[in-house]
Amino acid sequence: MKLWKTILAAAALSLAAATSALAARTDLTLGIVLEPPHLDPTAGAAAAIGEVTYANVFEGLTRIDDNGQVQPGLAESWAVSDDGKVYTFKLHSGVKFHDGSAFSADDVKFSLDRARAKDSLNPQKQLFAHITDVTAVDPTIVKVTLDGPQGSFLYNMGQVAAVIVAKRSADGNKDKPIGTGPFKLDHWAKGSEITLVKNTEYWGTAAALDKATFRIVPDAAAAVPALLSGDIQAFANMPAQDALGQIQSDPRFSVVIGSTEGETILSINNKKPPFDKLAVRQALASAIDRSAIIAAASNGLGKPIGSHFSPGDAGYVDLTGVYPHDIAKAKEYLKEAGLENGFSATLKLPPVPYARDGGQVIQSQLKEIGVNLQIIPVEWAEWLSQVFTNKDYDLTIVSHVEPNDIDIYSRPGYYFQYDNPKFNDVIKALGTAVDKDKRLELLGEAQKILAHDVPAVYLFELPKIGVWDAKLQGMWTNWPIEADDLTKVKWTD
Amino acid sequence: MTAYLLKRLIIAALTLVLASMVVFAIMEVLPGDPARLMLGLNASADQVELLRNQMGLNAPLVLRYLHWAGGLLRLDFGRSYTYSVPVIDLVRERVAVSLPLALIALALSTIIAIPVGVFSASRQGRAGDTLAMGAAQLGVAVPNFWFALILIYLFAVWLHLVPAGGFPGWNAGIWPALKSLILPAVALALPQAAILGRVARSALIEVLNEDYIRTARAKGLPYRAVLWRHGLRNAMIPVLTILGLQFAFLLAGTIIIENVFYLPGLGRLIFQAITQRDLIVVESIVMLLVAAVILINLLVDFSYAIVDPRLRGRQ
Repeated sequence: MKLWKTILAAAALSLAAATSALAARTDLTLGIVLEPPHLDPTAGAAAAIGEVTYANVFEGLTRIDDNGQVQPGLAESWAVSDDGKVYTFKLHSGVKFHDGSAFSADDVKFSLDRARAKDSLNPQKQLFAHITDVTAVDPTIVKVTLDGPQGSFLYNMGQVAAVIVAKRSADGNKDKPIGTGPFKLDHWAKGSEITLVKNTEYWGTAAALDKATFRIVPDAAAAVPALLSGDIQAFANMPAQDALGQIQSDPRFSVVIGSTEGETILSINNKKPPFDKLAVRQALASAIDRSAIIAAASNGLGKPIGSHFSPGDAGYVDLTGVYPHDIAKAKEYLKEAGLENGFSATLKLPPVPYARDGGQVIQSQLKEIGVNLQIIPVEWAEWLSQVFTNKDYDLTIVSHVEPNDIDIYSRPGYYFQYDNPKFNDVIKALGTAVDKDKRLELLGEAQKILAHDVPAVYLFELPKIGVWDAKLQGMWTNWPIEADDLTKVKWTD
Repeated sequence: MTAYLLKRLIIAALTLVLASMVVFAIMEVLPGDPARLMLGLNASADQVELLRNQMGLNAPLVLRYLHWAGGLLRLDFGRSYTYSVPVIDLVRERVAVSLPLALIALALSTIIAIPVGVFSASRQGRAGDTLAMGAAQLGVAVPNFWFALILIYLFAVWLHLVPAGGFPGWNAGIWPALKSLILPAVALALPQAAILGRVARSALIEVLNEDYIRTARAKGLPYRAVLWRHGLRNAMIPVLTILGLQFAFLLAGTIIIENVFYLPGLGRLIFQAITQRDLIVVESIVMLLVAAVILINLLVDFSYAIVDPRLRGRQ
């Protein structure tokens, strides 16, 4: 009799355990450092817009996955004409926008035409520059014609600024985003949090989460207690680097270090003497010690780079050895430039830890070869107007987070003031190259030119420091684009 | 009294006009282009120019000032460049956090400071006074963000009594909303209480040395009655002055505490608007704050008259 009681009790207990396992959590609160100014990825460049909306609220024809690969999005398949100029997309049917209206080829035409229009305010308008025509053949077929073959067209159509919006809701997307994604906006308490809820009429695989809240935590010191108290269960990229050890040793949390597309570089004003001399730039490259900079500026987590290319991307060539850390050699370069007594210059630092911390290390390293840097801290608005727009700077540290952006060195008027016809030719060839091997070869060539010519000193690839509850699965490890895709995120027990 | 009031109102209006010019000029001088900030590194110069035109940033300076100031007169505070919603809506949301927070902190600080001040003054130079004033010294010296973090680790991480930060909104219910304001209010109140306590103590000591206090004691009033009724009442003027200043500070100067507790308050809105060069938001909110400070000062002036009947006759 007693035995029966025990068995019964045990059965009841395991039943209770099973029910609680079935009722796994379906809500998630994520911490983000910067609040998006609005929620329309086609109208603003702020990375936080994409973090919240990409793949969750808005979708593009294609989508970029965790590994930077192109996957089908709203287009289930596509065909490319033999000359590489015409892309025919077959769209999913039965797709609805969050306001209940049906999605069709007309919306694709509207979105792409709007993005490439003369008066377009799309922050990545260059992605659409080669489109010459968009035709809605029937409700599920769209034909996009380009002015020539484009190697990265499908990738570009998966980027944040290329998401598909509807004509009737496009103007209101900043405040009330209407997309086709598995989540829709529930409410946005400005300055506090943005809450998304599951879109029950989603066309594809439904999300496991019912509710996802992005809470704005601007202060690194506040991020740690928020995580420890359980108020916030995930940071796609955690700001508190000093406390990372403490969190890593806590079994309640997973710490996942991933890669980003953020090439952190010491940008040089290439037209401003003495930086117009190759030997001076070579001296800078030889004088800096990447490992010390990485230790100070990214807690030792960043990967060293020798050119403007992410180590995680296909076609990466390790060029960190082109100018090894060598003070004597650096002094020789300076002598070659006729500056054996060194010189003075300014270093403008934007308000991000990697720049402010890394800048001090670079200042002391360059002092060893007689280059005296005066550090000038600037805010982003100042950086954009003084450095980026007016090119009023000598040196600056910044992370270029745009994916596959090696072409920026060939853009006329870009703030590097770098103009190398040989490099421009490679980028031009790359633009129209479709063959995969040919592309990788050209990418390698472009990287090598930059590594040797030093239009900027390449420091390290910014790490993504993912920290979340150990029971949470499906968060992105890497940031090929800055997005917190929650479509596969779920709680386990 | 009417002439006095009129004079004060004219001064207030002039202050507002002057402040509007200064604020507008400062924001104009600041380097930075809100259009470039919104469109980012990949946008072309043409696109930036297009957006500047849309935002009305290319109009002449004087015209823009008049447009903005004219709007203020009609209580139209403009639209935020970044959020693209009316500024007044943003302010309303933030005031719903900042005003209760400031009031709670002020109440806490007064509740702590006045008894401590009275206690210290009545035991001037003795051990209790030294101890209380030592504590006050500490309260002034301890950085409030550090104190806030200690509070968070103790009450949120360890004891799980309150959330570590954030604000659920008043829609979530009075208690959850209040709960999230307790720790920030304590963190804000402590240094304020320390200052206020010291001011209350020294004001009271000065009053207690006055002749009329001796007279009151001589005619046989108990010490307690003299202290609270005659002493404290007469020591209120410096205390009220400090309170007025503290309230103005608590309304918008609490950016650090707002950051530590990630509260969506006014201070953070202004800070964010400055970094994003959301000029219209900064300008309009600063004007609202100037108006609030002027109003608080007026109220403090009137409260002098309440505590000190002699001031009522004077102009």
